[in-house]
Amino acid sequence: MSEEIVNEIKLPNESELILSSSPHLHVKQDIRKIMLTVLIALLPTTVAGIYFFGFDALKVIFYCVAFCVLLEMLWFKMAGKPMSTVKDGSAALTGLLLALNLSSAMPWWVCLIGALLAIWLGKQVFGGLGHNPFNPALVARVGLLIGLPGYMTTWVPTKLMTQTPVTEYSKQFFSPTGLTDLAAGNLDAITCATPLGVLGTTEKILDTTVQATFLDVSSLDACWQYFIGNVGGCIGEVSALALLIGGVILVATKLIKWQVPVAYIGSVAIFTYIISSIWPGVTPMPLFHILTGGLLIGAIFMATDMVTSPMTTTGAVIFGVGCGIITCLIRIWGNYPEGVSFSILFMNALVPLIDRFARTKPFGFKKLIAKGADA
Amino acid sequence: MSAKSAYKVVTFSGGVHPDYDGKDLTRECAITEAPLLDQYQVIVHQNIGAPPKVIVNTGDEVKKGQVIAEANGFVSVPLHAPTSGEIGKPIEVPGPMGTNVPVVVIDADGKDEWGELMPPIDWKNSDGDTIKDRIRAAGIVGMGGAAFPTHVKLSPPADKKIDYMILNGAECEPYLTADHRLMLEQPEKVLAGAAILAKSIGVENIYIGIELNKQNAIDTLLAKADEYNVKIIGLKVLYPQGAEKQLIYAATGRKVPAGGLPMEAGCVVQNVATAAAVFDAVVEGKPLIERITTITGTPVVKPGNWKLRMGYTVAQALELAGGVKENPGKLILGGPMMGFAQKSLQVPIAKNSSGILLLARNEVVQYESMPCIRCGKCVGACPMNLLPGTLSSQIESESFDLAEQYNVMDCIECGSCAYICPSNRPLVQHFRRAKAEINMKRRAQQKK
Ligand code: SF4
Ligand code: SF4
Repeated sequence: MSEEIVNEIKLPNESELILSSSPHLHVKQDIRKIMLTVLIALLPTTVAGIYFFGFDALKVIFYCVAFCVLLEMLWFKMAGKPMSTVKDGSAALTGLLLALNLSSAMPWWVCLIGALLAIWLGKQVFGGLGHNPFNPALVARVGLLIGLPGYMTTWVPTKLMTQTPVTEYSKQFFSPTGLTDLAAGNLDAITCATPLGVLGTTEKILDTTVQATFLDVSSLDACWQYFIGNVGGCIGEVSALALLIGGVILVATKLIKWQVPVAYIGSVAIFTYIISSIWPGVTPMPLFHILTGGLLIGAIFMATDMVTSPMTTTGAVIFGVGCGIITCLIRIWGNYPEGVSFSILFMNALVPLIDRFARTKPFGFKKLIAKGADA
Repeated sequence: MSAKSAYKVVTFSGGVHPDYDGKDLTRECAITEAPLLDQYQVIVHQNIGAPPKVIVNTGDEVKKGQVIAEANGFVSVPLHAPTSGEIGKPIEVPGPMGTNVPVVVIDADGKDEWGELMPPIDWKNSDGDTIKDRIRAAGIVGMGGAAFPTHVKLSPPADKKIDYMILNGAECEPYLTADHRLMLEQPEKVLAGAAILAKSIGVENIYIGIELNKQNAIDTLLAKADEYNVKIIGLKVLYPQGAEKQLIYAATGRKVPAGGLPMEAGCVVQNVATAAAVFDAVVEGKPLIERITTITGTPVVKPGNWKLRMGYTVAQALELAGGVKENPGKLILGGPMMGFAQKSLQVPIAKNSSGILLLARNEVVQYESMPCIRCGKCVGACPMNLLPGTLSSQIESESFDLAEQYNVMDCIECGSCAYICPSNRPLVQHFRRAKAEINMKRRAQQKK
């Protein structure tokens, strides 16, 4: 070894050494990246929504995201908190989720109220991100549904549905006046029903006409239309395909516990299968339930919200099954055609209980109990 | 490969995979003997338990390997001179835990002369106590990091039957390769050391667990394992594979009861470096005065594995490695997951200094208390199956009783949770704090 350069050996400068507790490594992941990934996972759904509902959908998305971010900033300003927290992206995500849970016909001021409900009531009054017990976007959705039911139950058809001649599939969602308007090319104020809405208006009895309606709304062709998203509803609920792509992204990046959507959708499938097999007049087959309404966006993007769902995998299963059963109960026997938002909010409220129940046992804990340490 | 030398691959549940394990920096670096110094500063208290009592005075001449401090009680080990020379004035220097510690100063005479070595022991035909006494006399402690006196671990109460001797060759800490090189370069020492350790407690089943990223070490040990009746176990590359309870579970399927010691699962775990030191002590009569340390990190000019005597300072060790290319942001004794950050370069190497790691400024992570977003990542990562996120919220609101009910005392401070937490929460710091509070409370209750 030729070490003539010994004098040039440079040693660390002690004053620049940072003291801190172990571990000294950290995964290359943070809240911001998580939120960004979820936003990316929502991209297919967002694009599908804009494709099916056009420029109006884009406007609603823009309003909701902008209002949510601005209101969050305003809150921080008023609370004297550092503005940098806005950069975590959670307000933008809440905004997008809110928009995807609204109809594309929503005026800007409803978006503003929704953003207020989501960011202030849903999140900040509880102490901000991480402390909110309820999914903020759903707080807003349910709040609007109660306060402004008219706006929240008025649906516009997709661009494809209004193309003339109106297909047999599309016809079932328009009222007679709607069809006249359509024929006259009077598209401005035209509204349609959602598949779940069609069900809601039929009497739930063992009647053959009801069963015929069921067959219509749950025919293979109809299910295919629901799958791609050619159906009335909220901007983000319509395309099952786009939502499933997002779900795959979230599971692959391990950002959600796959147990939640699987337990949720699985329990809806089993529940509705049993009911529709025993009483064919009560509700259509499972595929209809899975593809319509907010089930997929709820199961994949809303129920899986980290902050408001259980921490353990056992808890996640309980949570998912609970959501599924309540959704079915509301859809089949409740006063509202849709039950996804209510069921998730209800289960959100139970999360502390579920977490306590589904607590993990420490490694090696059983042995101690077996030894007689009665606790 | 013959069926005889095949090995099974096992693991535990939980754990994390660091993005970059830094082992490539030193994996190929053969162990090099460090040159003699003019002066050694040997930390007196290098073992868990009572500090040994210094028995030399300023001006005394000592030989290499001579006892300079005597064990003080059962949980204590003697300390030996790393070279021959004259004892200097006792001083205090910065220690690895941040406080100043007393050291014995030896001004080397350059002859590096051994004193009288202890007589070799014919361990195959000797009883357990003879071996244990020798291990203690040689000043051997757990060299993987804990520095717990080895003879104590080898002395379970009479009613505890030990079935397994397990050597930890996992070296799951990123960056460190000292154990890897040891197994590769001195396999017989490790294997014989394992056999001696097993013999000392009368155990037949001897396992050495090695992570699969050290395939050449596995192959090397496998080739000779049968001679020593040792079984090699392949461990999946997953941190903290080398944590005692996790290693025991992976190797034997036994679970150490929560709050209990390995012996309650009939196991004793020792580090491979400790086994090699045991070999030296029993077969060659040499006390523990040196160890293999990985000097590494991206800012280091020439990362490598060095055999350092106790009393080398961090600064002197870094000089061996050519110093630094750029000013580092962090100096760590040990590995990056459980090691201790240092402020001073004057800290001397101790028996448990497995690594000297420098992190560049952009590699340093700062933990800030962001809110827990309840993502549950920490739950999946915790090898002890705890709820780190929940615990940390409880501790933040000072609910230590609740944290105790949620078993914070079972935390092994492996850091997996803090590593994975996207909210960058100082989880391990929280748990240390809670444990200290709970221990204080328990002590107060005992007094009453
Ligand atoms: S809680 Fe303790 S044992 Fe569990 S991952 Fe964190 S540091 Fe490791
Ligand atoms: S990993 Fe961090 S943010 Fe996620 S649950 Fe654990 S403590 Fe909370």
